[in-house]
Amino acid sequence: MSETTADAHGAHDHHEGGFWSTYVFSLDHKMIARQFLWLGLIMMVVGGILALIFRWQLAWPETQVWGFEWISDESEGMPEGYVTPNFYNMAVTMHATIMVFLVVMPILVGCFGNFLIPLMIGARDMAFPLLNMLSFWVAVLGAVIMTAGFFVEGGHAASGWTGYAPLSTVPEYTGVFMGQTLWALSLFVLSFSSLMGSINYITTLINMRTEGMTWFRVPLVVWSLFVTAILGLLALPILGSAGAMMIFDRVFETNFFNPAKGGEPLLWQHLFWYFGHPEVYILILPGMGIASELLPVFCRKPIFGYRAMVYAMLAIAFLSWIVWGHHMFQSGMNPALGSAFMMTTLVIAIPSAIKTFNWLGTLWGGSIRFTVPMLHALAFVILFVIGGLSGIFMASNVVDIYIHDTYFIVAHFHYVIFGGSVFALFGGIQYWFPKMFGRAMDEALGKVHFWLTFIFFNMVFFPMHILGVGGHMRRIYNPMQYEFLQGMQPINVMITLSALALGLSQIPFVFNFFATVFRWNAKWFRVLTQAVSALVVGFIGYKSVAVMFEGMMEPEPSTGARIAGTIVAIALAVWIYRYLEKNMAPLGADAPQNPWDANTLEWVAPTPAPHGNFGPTLPVVRRGPYEYSVPGEEADWAPQTETIDPKYAEAGH
Amino acid sequence: MMSWLPENISIEGEEIDFLFYVSYYLTVVVFIGVAVAMAYFIIKYRAKPGVKAKYTHGNNTLEILWTVIPTFILLVFVLMTQTSWAKLKLAIPQNPHVRVEVTGKQFNWIVRYPGDDKKFGTKDDLVLDNQLNVPVNKQVLISLKGADVIHSFFIPQTRMKQDVVPGRTIPLWFTPTKVGKYEIPCAELCGFGHSGMNGEMIVHSEADYAKWRKKAWAEKDK
Repeated sequence: MSETTADAHGAHDHHEGGFWSTYVFSLDHKMIARQFLWLGLIMMVVGGILALIFRWQLAWPETQVWGFEWISDESEGMPEGYVTPNFYNMAVTMHATIMVFLVVMPILVGCFGNFLIPLMIGARDMAFPLLNMLSFWVAVLGAVIMTAGFFVEGGHAASGWTGYAPLSTVPEYTGVFMGQTLWALSLFVLSFSSLMGSINYITTLINMRTEGMTWFRVPLVVWSLFVTAILGLLALPILGSAGAMMIFDRVFETNFFNPAKGGEPLLWQHLFWYFGHPEVYILILPGMGIASELLPVFCRKPIFGYRAMVYAMLAIAFLSWIVWGHHMFQSGMNPALGSAFMMTTLVIAIPSAIKTFNWLGTLWGGSIRFTVPMLHALAFVILFVIGGLSGIFMASNVVDIYIHDTYFIVAHFHYVIFGGSVFALFGGIQYWFPKMFGRAMDEALGKVHFWLTFIFFNMVFFPMHILGVGGHMRRIYNPMQYEFLQGMQPINVMITLSALALGLSQIPFVFNFFATVFRWNAKWFRVLTQAVSALVVGFIGYKSVAVMFEGMMEPEPSTGARIAGTIVAIALAVWIYRYLEKNMAPLGADAPQNPWDANTLEWVAPTPAPHGNFGPTLPVVRRGPYEYSVPGEEADWAPQTETIDPKYAEAGH
Repeated sequence: MMSWLPENISIEGEEIDFLFYVSYYLTVVVFIGVAVAMAYFIIKYRAKPGVKAKYTHGNNTLEILWTVIPTFILLVFVLMTQTSWAKLKLAIPQNPHVRVEVTGKQFNWIVRYPGDDKKFGTKDDLVLDNQLNVPVNKQVLISLKGADVIHSFFIPQTRMKQDVVPGRTIPLWFTPTKVGKYEIPCAELCGFGHSGMNGEMIVHSEADYAKWRKKAWAEKDK
């Protein structure tokens, strides 16, 4: 079957489509990947702004949010920029929903899955290009429905991204009407998008690997996307069904979940988490795959324990189906089950530990290059370690009695999903950008973005562990309403200031991304990029000094603090400006075919890869994906299509 | 980090704190180990001209070691935890000193005390909003009920938390050891008034508790 597909596409190599078939309803997996990337990045802005709004409310409760004072006082959500409790609940709910379903999944699974699977296994496209296109446009439909919820009477869903029934299923309990229904409808639609993608990925990988691409020569990122697709295939229908049941309860007055009429509220939790825990691995597995891909390239050495890595992922995929009850230790579920779920949860920690040790093993004896993608991969490893270890606390059903539903869990999953998935996402974008867009993102700007993001990510989310240990409940609108939390308010202020800095830290990335995609390299634009990045750092420096002098709770810094802050700000801004002036390469210049000296097949394809990917004949694979620094070979890399000394062939599979 | 834990004022909470410390030391030691190894590798193996990376695909002995050792540690951890879990969640006290019924209702804790007949739902019950009165050093058994949505009954200083589910009665028990006033926040998002859904637990000395009961029922009968 792969042969006929190959020929069919080969014939299309020089075919130039019109605007609509090239950029909008494209069947090319690479274009669909880029479309998913744009969708995810746009929604990331929405999700991020929602986060900053509710962080503002947590630090300075019931004050006007800066930049939103212009809103009319008749607004239901933010009259004159004040956050109302229902708006707060909505912001929390939609931040999570958008980040999970419309940012991390479209980018990690939709974009990287589409882009990498055919290129890395030597296929000309996905098995079902039309289904692939549909998968994207159904995702867009889901995003449109989700966005529409913001504009309906009563506001958007406000019952948490977990949508616990009956709060979510009986409109009177929240005062949210259409919003919650649209939320469920959107998830129902999005589940179809993921389902179509999963079927495509699985079929493609099983049937369309090029000659010589045996299972154990498949790159780990493709393995991770394969395992993710299997989880998606099995998990998303559960979400879709649960969403449909929620719609039935809300619109057609069925009573699946409403206890007042004989329904069972815990049924929703069981369905949601039976989907939800595999979902967690859908979010993190591609990140693990990207890290496993970047580490060998920039250590110039084979991945440590390739087979152990594969088996660990398969173990995770299996075990992820029997751990969902750890979300429900305190839910009222029979406590005897709690013991069983604690056991399975700690078992699933073992493959994660194995992966971490193998990443360390890959660093050992390497020749490490600190490029921007590598910095993100290293950050991924250490942040994933923190996120994994904090998981031990919640996995213990006894400790969970106290820290359940506190900021400790918020800290934990942000270390996994932001520290893990999103750092992998940024690293992956920078790494595959040359193949995706034919030009390389700038390393100097990338380093400024990386370090700012790394520092402020930790300053936002690490202190949340402390809040959680102090008993700070999640999803509360105003911590100052509780005596036992008031002493910790400076931590809340610090988190919010850091979150604002984290938001500003994304500006260099935005400049870098657009400048590279659209080849903006005019002198004035370069100066603007340098100046804005320098200003961001200077502003953050000023505020940091002011806070160091005055503490968190003093809004107006003294003259001394202002002077010291200004000096520090100028010094930092000048430093960043000059660093960028000296180190920024021409923005949007054409990238070489294989800028990182990497082995895998996507770098064998021309840049930009044409429709059909590989020219008239498909590459034939003769070695494993990570054969770097092979003894006796001149270069420290060679494409997978090169033969290898038989002495090493066995070791490299 | 431990200094951020609020003071523990219940016998049952000690079990939770102990396991919290175990988790804390375990994870801190592992984290330091991994972080130090990683930092060392990053510094030692940074690219240097003329130095080639080691060509190795892994080591089976290491794979076995770093599978078996964490498995063993985690197994011990699971077994250590289960006795406490059974004590805290499964061994419902048969003869508690005090029985109370608490109902979560948007956005209040409705506390029902039985009268001298020690039965709920009779005429001599006392019902208070958001106020839980208990004697010190006596085991309290609370029956948690829900009237509308899911809430979560949480007293940070006793380390106790339990979701309240409409349609079910869920037991929760603890033995307060210190006289004083403590907050009872709701820990599960329950609607626009979730934040501020906050009760108060008053732990009385034994004498004060008797006095409070006398006074409360006298006021009720008025």
